[in-house]
Amino acid sequence: MPSEAPAQGGPVLRLSGITKRFGALVANDGIDLDLARGEVLALLGENGAGKTTLMNILFGHYSADSGAVEVMGKTLPPGQPGAALRAGVGMVHQHFTLADNLTALDNILLGTEPLWKPGLGRGAARARVVALSRDFGLAVDPGAMVADLSVGERQRVEILKALYRDARILILDEPTAVLTPQETDALFETLRRAVALGLSVIFISHKLHEVMAIASRVLVLRHGRLVGAVTTTDTDRHKLAEMMVGAEITPPAPSRATPGAPLLVLDRVSGPGLRDVSLSLRAGQITGLAGVSGNGQGALADLLSGLATPTAGRFEIAGNPPGAWSPRAAIAAGIGRIPEDRHRTGTIADFSLTENAILETYADAPVSRSGWMDWTHARQRAEGIIAQYDVRCPGPQTRIRLLSGGNMQKLILGRVLGENPRVILANQPVRGLDIGAVTYVQNQLLAARDAGAAILLISEDLDEILTLSDVIHVISAGRLSPAFPRGTMKPADLGQWMAGHGFGDHGNEEDRKTGQGDKGQGGSNAA
Amino acid sequence: MRLEAIADPTLARSLGLPALALVATVLVGAFLAMLAGADPLQTFGLIVKGAAGSKFALLETLNRATPLIFTGLAVAVAFRARLWNIGAEAQLYAGALATVLIGTKLALPGAALIPLMGLGALVAGGLVLLGPVLLKTRLGVDEVVTTLLFNFIMLLLISLLLEGPLKDPMGMGWPKSEPIPRDARLPRLVEGLRLHWGFGLALVSAVAVWVIQTRTTLGYEIRAVGLNAQAARFAGIPVGAVLVKTALLSGGLAALAGYSEVAGLKGNLTLDLSPGFGYTGIVVAMLALLNPLGVVVSAIFVAGIFVGADGMSRAAEVPTYIADILLATALLFMVLAILLTKFRVRRG
Amino acid sequence: MTEIAEILLTASFWAAVLRIASPLIFATMGELICERAGVLNLGIEGIMVAGAFAGWMAVYSGMGLWGGVAVAMAAGMFFGALHAVLTVPFGLSQHVVGIGITLLATSSAYYAYRLALPEVTSPPRIEPFQPVDIPGLSDLPFIGPALFSQTPLTYFAFFTVLVVALVLYRTPLGLALRAVGENPAAVEAQGLSVTALRMGAVIVGSGLMGIGGAFLTLSAFSSFFFEMVNGRGWICIALVVFGAWMPGRALLGAVLFAAFDALQIRMQQTGLGALVPYQVFLMIPYILSILALILMSRRANVPAALMVPYNKGER
Repeated sequence: MPSEAPAQGGPVLRLSGITKRFGALVANDGIDLDLARGEVLALLGENGAGKTTLMNILFGHYSADSGAVEVMGKTLPPGQPGAALRAGVGMVHQHFTLADNLTALDNILLGTEPLWKPGLGRGAARARVVALSRDFGLAVDPGAMVADLSVGERQRVEILKALYRDARILILDEPTAVLTPQETDALFETLRRAVALGLSVIFISHKLHEVMAIASRVLVLRHGRLVGAVTTTDTDRHKLAEMMVGAEITPPAPSRATPGAPLLVLDRVSGPGLRDVSLSLRAGQITGLAGVSGNGQGALADLLSGLATPTAGRFEIAGNPPGAWSPRAAIAAGIGRIPEDRHRTGTIADFSLTENAILETYADAPVSRSGWMDWTHARQRAEGIIAQYDVRCPGPQTRIRLLSGGNMQKLILGRVLGENPRVILANQPVRGLDIGAVTYVQNQLLAARDAGAAILLISEDLDEILTLSDVIHVISAGRLSPAFPRGTMKPADLGQWMAGHGFGDHGNEEDRKTGQGDKGQGGSNAA
Repeated sequence: MRLEAIADPTLARSLGLPALALVATVLVGAFLAMLAGADPLQTFGLIVKGAAGSKFALLETLNRATPLIFTGLAVAVAFRARLWNIGAEAQLYAGALATVLIGTKLALPGAALIPLMGLGALVAGGLVLLGPVLLKTRLGVDEVVTTLLFNFIMLLLISLLLEGPLKDPMGMGWPKSEPIPRDARLPRLVEGLRLHWGFGLALVSAVAVWVIQTRTTLGYEIRAVGLNAQAARFAGIPVGAVLVKTALLSGGLAALAGYSEVAGLKGNLTLDLSPGFGYTGIVVAMLALLNPLGVVVSAIFVAGIFVGADGMSRAAEVPTYIADILLATALLFMVLAILLTKFRVRRG
Repeated sequence: MTEIAEILLTASFWAAVLRIASPLIFATMGELICERAGVLNLGIEGIMVAGAFAGWMAVYSGMGLWGGVAVAMAAGMFFGALHAVLTVPFGLSQHVVGIGITLLATSSAYYAYRLALPEVTSPPRIEPFQPVDIPGLSDLPFIGPALFSQTPLTYFAFFTVLVVALVLYRTPLGLALRAVGENPAAVEAQGLSVTALRMGAVIVGSGLMGIGGAFLTLSAFSSFFFEMVNGRGWICIALVVFGAWMPGRALLGAVLFAAFDALQIRMQQTGLGALVPYQVFLMIPYILSILALILMSRRANVPAALMVPYNKGER
């Protein structure tokens, strides 16, 4: 339990004049930040604005070029990873830092005892974890293996890790990206309890309505600089967005779609990670797939990409069942695939732009003729994409590793759209991009739709789904909801489906991927 | 400490650090010579003299380099696809075995035997590596351990054959095979010089591998699979098939070392045909940064150290194992140097 | 096969099994520690050679037997430290570095042997560890001579398994080790040093490999000769996989493996041995190792971050 109160009055955390350069890039430029006891402070900024660098400095993973970090009035030694932790700062990372082969309890215990101490004292630790779960409303079974936990539960373990160490300051990095709207509400409830008990919270996000809902003050970062500090009562979403981007943003406003014939049909398809999925992708229409990550999006994407084959059900492309199914067959069938992870799946980091540009067509003429490569054609292909899609790079022979995420994504986009695909699988197409690149990618997808492509858009960002999609499905535990046309569903309604409600006789909450769900013969997706 | 990628390494950095690695290796060698009570400069002088001090020495070095070019190429091809073939030793013996079987069991003229033995070796070596690769692609069994273990199994198999069905009745009881016919031996590269066509074949193979890697679709596939198998699979590259092709190529190249040693140099198969050419091939390939043309240079360099150390140890009291230590040291320093040409070490 | 049954029923067979298993147990535990921390140590074969030589040389030049064990461990730790520096902070390929360490350690041992004993034709001998009876247990019929008439190093090998298991599962250190091989970011986030944990694991593990090598020269045989490790290190890597990275199961694997090995040695003396060439029997250990890898390939719970270098602050 939180025990001694910090010195009243002064800030519990103070960053002053933090500057950090990476080569020519100034990641943090003289940033000042004060966090008061019992407040929720939001740190708002785009990808690449410097939020992560700032947190890495606070936690000693980087040392700042100048500036100081003070916790409870004491200056932290720079560049020592344990210092902030010991001073009572706890961090909940966006990408969870849990070991899957350990139980929740062991993950919480990790690093809290001197390494050479014999015995782990699990009994007492468990009692404390149970008490903390109760006090903060964080339901987790301490004995469960982390590998078996849902995303929401893993996040609760992350928070418990910090609380177990008597953290007085909680920092949450994009904590809602992986949660349903209902889970987000529960998280906010936990944070309110924490603040009521005297803790302080830094909430890092780019979701404006959440910032407005939970924070009392907002700091806005842009290009490594602090560009605004406001209280939420004095501002609104529109103003915050302007501050964050530095200009007025115009979200894409899609015209009405004119859906054509179904180009890709799944009829009660099952496979690894999918149960009885029925889906119809129609020409000239964007179909959005909403859901909490890890609920079968990957399985569906693998299926459409050619990496996985269905074990049951009907699968048709343009009215015909595909033959032997493979990535190459998918490409040949006219499916353009924008993969979820552009670094690991979409590109080969140490290949040049030229070599990456032909990754899906390297075996076809004119790039390859009877086993021989024609590098002149390959380079022309790359130069074409670079020019048409405005890929900023020193040249086609540059290793793609050196490009920004946005430019990397533009190359992938050019590679995919250049083949005039009839079906497009866009899996998290704008994740991690800055706002300019986001707008660009989204407009390209809308243009492809208007040109008659059938698009499946997979995203964890409900706002993105709601903005771009003409129809929406929700995926939960490998099952697909019925199609909801644009404008018929509110976020909260979709959240119900995302949490697993509404799926007929399967609709039990807590129905996880490990759950022994029966083989869905009665479960109908057609509502 | 932290490693930070360097976007454009300077030429000084790209060349200076590997040079520094070689200097460091030489210093280790000097230390070893001093341990043995010898004068370092004199020791190195003797090594250089033994490796290149005379026409005979130079030819001996090139002869020793020949199997190393093959095994070096085998490793370079495989490692490029991230296929960790540590079994070049077994593939070499498989090639030698095929050569001897074809050469002694088929009653054909030498002109037919020479290409047939080479072909047989190529196939045999490829097949030996096929097993571990299929275990890797089908079952996910790590090929490092299986290829290593195959080396021991293959050597025992050769021993079994040499003491049994393949034993030379005229061999005075030694475990060795019958010799292949005189006219099936690889001819001299230049009349009168003790250097056989195996060396020529090695050079041709190096160029062929270079062409495959840079100019063909297969080469592109191999590099893609090696750099990022996940992205390659997603893009439609048949990863399993590419690995199988790589294995056939790599195993075949290693087997040509056995072919060239038997048909070009020794004439028959014995248990000491290879003093670890398969393992040394790893060092050769790494020193060449997996570049097939570089393999030729590094194989000659490595062979020179071995031949030179042999000559040196006859004159000085320094054990020949100094050559093995120098190579291992060069390998470790070199991979570190190459890393540091691409990354900068940073604190915090 | 009554011959096999007869062999299995002799106490000397089981005594041999434990003797054959001992070096494998040390080295397997060493490799297991490395791999649990996320580092594949292919230096194992060479480190065992270095340990075998260093331990033997120390005793030959007048040290006590336990002194020899300590020197072997130190030699293992030296090469382990080299491996650790190259693979952990620098994150170099664990395959290449491991092979390099094996070449370096092996050739260093051979070089030093030749330097120390330039003019020997037959390897000189030392007085090795003698079997020690355990009062009470050694007098038991069958069990006594089978299990409790071993050299101290064999008892020590089994004791090592117990210690490794206790540390791994019952201490904060073991928790951190298991976590760092699975997800180093989890360890870093809790304020522990990934680099220190991994380097420590590789160095300590390599020390055990050194002792495993020394068992050959100080307990099993009394001299050092070339090729004496003969692939045992590679077999230990297979045993770690077979044991699914768990000390108890790896021990079971080592004993099982040793039993097959002891059996094949004895089978060579039987009627079957007259029919089948001895090389076939000698192949059995290597073939068994490959079979073990195949058997475990689908079920193995390999540490998720094995062979994945960790570069702090990289996403």
